[in-house]
Amino acid sequence: MRDVRLLTAPFRPAALVEPFARANPGLGALCTFVGEVRAQGGVEALELTHYPAMTLPAMEALAALAVERFALMGLLVIHRVGVMVPGEPIVCVSAAACHRRAAIEAVDFTMDHLKSASWLWKREKRPDGWHWIEPRKEDHRDLQRWQLAQ
Amino acid sequence: MTKVRLVFLGKLADLAGAQVREMDAPLDWRGVLAALEPALAEAVQADTTRTAVNGQLLAEKTALAATGGDEIAFLPPVSGG
Repeated sequence: MRDVRLLTAPFRPAALVEPFARANPGLGALCTFVGEVRAQGGVEALELTHYPAMTLPAMEALAALAVERFALMGLLVIHRVGVMVPGEPIVCVSAAACHRRAAIEAVDFTMDHLKSASWLWKREKRPDGWHWIEPRKEDHRDLQRWQLAQ
Repeated sequence: MTKVRLVFLGKLADLAGAQVREMDAPLDWRGVLAALEPALAEAVQADTTRTAVNGQLLAEKTALAATGGDEIAFLPPVSGG
């Protein structure tokens, strides 16, 4: 069962993970990652812009790839877009599988790809105004761990 | 439809002053460059800026050939979720 969504309003991960788990009866492992907006460097808010024609379709393709690669029973991918403040969840990935390693690795794989290859553009609001965030080298290194062409 | 929609993502929207513009169809790459302000034209030509038509990335953006109703997107490097 694949469930991939972009949300424009704050969400509570548990409210989505619980029904997802119930929708995969008989699972042996459930691994969930939640990323939140960090409070650091005077960041007051963060904004993620997406492109409707490409962002969600690419995330759905990524989810399909992860489900196949790790033989998952299900995968939940929730990503916020719009303006967020520190402490708000920004991403939630949950994988349901028969065994733990597939679930854990599928979440790691999906997060590495979401972080470096999603069609999302980020800017931060600091005391002196909004600043666009450039790609980070670490994200591309993380992606290379999986030895997949983009 | 006789218009083509141009969508500027990320910091290109700041440079363009708006996320969306409309131009007359048909539109090729030369027509795009001629219509944009110099700084914006330079930014969309950068190797790191990808171009998509109706959600499909172009392998070679200079081969752009948009017709009425098409949507062209200019995608600067993504910054990650």
